[in-house]
Amino acid sequence: MKPRLIPFAVATMLALAPSLRTRAAAGAGAPAPSRVYAIRGAKVVTLAGPPVENGTVVIRDGKIAAVGASVDVPADAQVIDGKGLEVYPGLFDAVTDLGLTEVEAVNATVDTTDVGTYNPQLVAMTAVHPASELIPVARANGITHALATPLGGGGFGGGGEVIPGQASVINLAGWTIEEMLVRRSAAMVVSWPTMQTRTFDFSTFSVRERPFTEVKQEYDKRINELVDLITRARHYAQAMDKGSVANYDRDLKLEALAPVVRGQLPLLVVAEGKRETRSAVEFCDKQKLKMILAGGSESYKVRDLLAAKHIPVILGRTQELPQDEDAPYDQSYATAGQLAAAGIKIAFASFNASFSRRLPYQAANCVPYGLPYEDALKAVTLYPAQILGLADQLGTIEAGKMADLIVTDGDPLAIPTQVRYLFINGELTSTDNKHLQLYEKYRQRPREEKWTDG
Amino acid sequence: MKPLECGSSLPLCLHRSFASRKRKGGSKLPHSIAAVVLLAVFAVRVQAADVTLIKNGTILTVTKSTIENGDVLIRDGKIAEVGKGLTAPEGAKVIDATGQYVMPGIIDCHSHIAVAGSVNEGSISVSSMANIADVLNPEDIDIYRDLAGGVTAANVLHGSANPIGGQTQVIKLRWGKPAKDLPFEGALPGIKFALGENPKRSGFSVPGASRRYPATRMGVMDVYREAFSEALDYKKAWDDYNRRKAAGEPNLIPPRRDLKLEPLLEVLEGKRLVHIHCYRADEILQMIRVAEEFHFKVATFQHVLEGYQVADEIARHGAGASTFSDWWAYKMEAYDAIPYNAAMMTERGVVVSVNSDDASEATHLNQEAAKSMKWGGLSHDEALKLVTLNPAIQLHLADRVGSIETGKDADIDIYDKDPLSVYAVAQKVLIDGQVYFDRQQDIAHRAELEKEKKALIEKEKKAAEAAKKPEGPKGTARKPGPLGPPKPPGAAPKPSESKAES
Repeated sequence: MKPRLIPFAVATMLALAPSLRTRAAAGAGAPAPSRVYAIRGAKVVTLAGPPVENGTVVIRDGKIAAVGASVDVPADAQVIDGKGLEVYPGLFDAVTDLGLTEVEAVNATVDTTDVGTYNPQLVAMTAVHPASELIPVARANGITHALATPLGGGGFGGGGEVIPGQASVINLAGWTIEEMLVRRSAAMVVSWPTMQTRTFDFSTFSVRERPFTEVKQEYDKRINELVDLITRARHYAQAMDKGSVANYDRDLKLEALAPVVRGQLPLLVVAEGKRETRSAVEFCDKQKLKMILAGGSESYKVRDLLAAKHIPVILGRTQELPQDEDAPYDQSYATAGQLAAAGIKIAFASFNASFSRRLPYQAANCVPYGLPYEDALKAVTLYPAQILGLADQLGTIEAGKMADLIVTDGDPLAIPTQVRYLFINGELTSTDNKHLQLYEKYRQRPREEKWTDG
Repeated sequence: MKPLECGSSLPLCLHRSFASRKRKGGSKLPHSIAAVVLLAVFAVRVQAADVTLIKNGTILTVTKSTIENGDVLIRDGKIAEVGKGLTAPEGAKVIDATGQYVMPGIIDCHSHIAVAGSVNEGSISVSSMANIADVLNPEDIDIYRDLAGGVTAANVLHGSANPIGGQTQVIKLRWGKPAKDLPFEGALPGIKFALGENPKRSGFSVPGASRRYPATRMGVMDVYREAFSEALDYKKAWDDYNRRKAAGEPNLIPPRRDLKLEPLLEVLEGKRLVHIHCYRADEILQMIRVAEEFHFKVATFQHVLEGYQVADEIARHGAGASTFSDWWAYKMEAYDAIPYNAAMMTERGVVVSVNSDDASEATHLNQEAAKSMKWGGLSHDEALKLVTLNPAIQLHLADRVGSIETGKDADIDIYDKDPLSVYAVAQKVLIDGQVYFDRQQDIAHRAELEKEKKALIEKEKKAAEAAKKPEGPKGTARKPGPLGPPKPPGAAPKPSESKAES
């Protein structure tokens, strides 16, 4: 059989061409009998070695079958002519509420944060909405994976949730969560308590100032509760190991924490300030828990400690100004480079579903301020996969890995670059989305002046 | 996630993500340290030569194409000459821009920086008497940070808590200068209006307080009609008085001045620019109806996220549109926002700018403009105009700023790369021909600032210890409050943390 050539076209056109067996915008279609593709003659940035100029990637049944300069195109493959194009691993948004939030200001559409201070038994994937309009919008800019993350800590009236639940790794294409799920539980989220003497109180609608001693007391109380919870989880895990379920009352909260105390599931600690970060590191060290720092606005101030303890950092939006008024104006851009130079593994994250598509620019903006380009690229592809323990499946273009990749017309971190083709789980996936549809719709609006009001 | 802290009188922070919690908070040193040091640095410069030559850069003039290896000669704060091979007169300062890009300073058509305290006077639905110019805070660190992102002028507005928010002020980001030197001289005054979810207070009420009218989009439109009807009566009262006075009628009592209606009268007379916060297409059309009913013109629709749906009507009215690059879905009325908006409105003849509404966003407006090349295919020059010439046109300042042309103010950015690149970094920013930001100088001064900060902390610690000792000499120390040393006005809680309300 002669390889069929997929015409060079923007990937959005693929949505209109069902014969090419692309996934519909909403998700994957019925599994095709043969899922073989070849991207031929492209620059392949594998991130597993030097880029392959004029390379070929073969995808078979969801996996990368072969990649290299002298790879044969199988006879049964659908072929993409990669001339002038570049292939990269799909981008990975390492912390986001993608799938959990539709419209931030409309509570009815937000499922990030439940009632209660400690909810380790909650799992993001149980609330991810596969039909969210935000998912294809992120996908159109090359995002193929996300850590859907329950979040706590804030909330009107100062919710103060400490453990909002477990974060799930999803890919961004699927009719159901089952098709999207990469790992049900990738991290236990801890929104580290803060010591804020000055907060905004929504019940009285005014700034609330409290003495440090009072705030400190409250903080210590929370930390003691955490210690207590971890201790109980440890005992519970021991009981699980030694006895059968019949021998103890089942406790879903402690059961959820068992992988944490066994060192199997990392804590994703969301902390911004220097004091909170240091305190979280000390806590995890003492409790012998695996820690990932998320947020990390002031992580640069404790980078020696983070490096010494081998704690990776998932950085929040680098395009935000530094929290500290006295910090250098460019600190938010410079942090990533400073951490990388200290030997810390970093990843970038949107922390916000509607900003997920800005992920590549977040990484790119750190390059002129000291982050090597290759690290910036890896910090939105390979590094998040490594940090979340998924590097055996994701993050590079290597034979045997899942075929999650993007075909672009240039540097995926640069603004003008367009994603031409996108593969998730080895499926050519549409980049059509709500925004493109509205664009097409209103471009068609007749230019005649129709609006009159008499 | 929601912010922990949102500033004093900010009614809504709904749009904010968990990533942007609490930017300002906790105990900090006053940022006036930085202000003082930088002031000292630049004070010297201000008195220096009044002729500057920017040499050998790629000059992005915006209006007169790009000049490779070009020069810009600046005399007394104005652009004196633009071209190739210009020579610097004796004593002129020379900035070597070899390999760098020179562009007009960025103009942010929607900003809330440099405001002391809250941006919203939301207690009443019409607060046109409130004036941003009265509360300019020259020590707001965001002035410096936005300046470092290439912003040289900003339209500083009220929030959007009520239909008529108050009087606006265009400023130049003259960091280090007192408040009186911030206003852009000669700029027309403006006024902020707001439509939609914010003025109708959706999803928000102060516990215990009665609800304020309006609470629907119907009510919002009515507020404008009521206010302008009142303004017309007020005008009539003055017209009557002036006519009778001119006729020589004795013993006349002039009408009482009404500070709420005066600015509205100026709107009707075309002396004050109207900037309208809006989202949905339908409310944009409704506002055009009201404006045309009362015979005034909307200068800009701000945010205008569904502007792409009614671009023809906006163009026909003659209003500008000042939008975001790619913000969406943070609230219901932003759910149909698309990043093609700026390009689509441009295509249909609307003068479009891309604004920040946010001190962080303002630091990379050059990149936000670039997104219109990706989403909607604007050309390089058209994209650049979104943050330079077009906002200048919208603010009626195109004869002063917005392009690199002879006779215009020398408000100029120098980038190391094409400013529309995601890898470009502003190196120098000039306002009125003076260097207000210099990246190398900033870096060079960091150690000094750090040292000064440490010394101040030590001083405070000692003072606190001395205050604890009962036998300590009287008056040598004061007891610090729970937040440490008293703060200058600029260190007050930041009001403008919300897109939703601003």
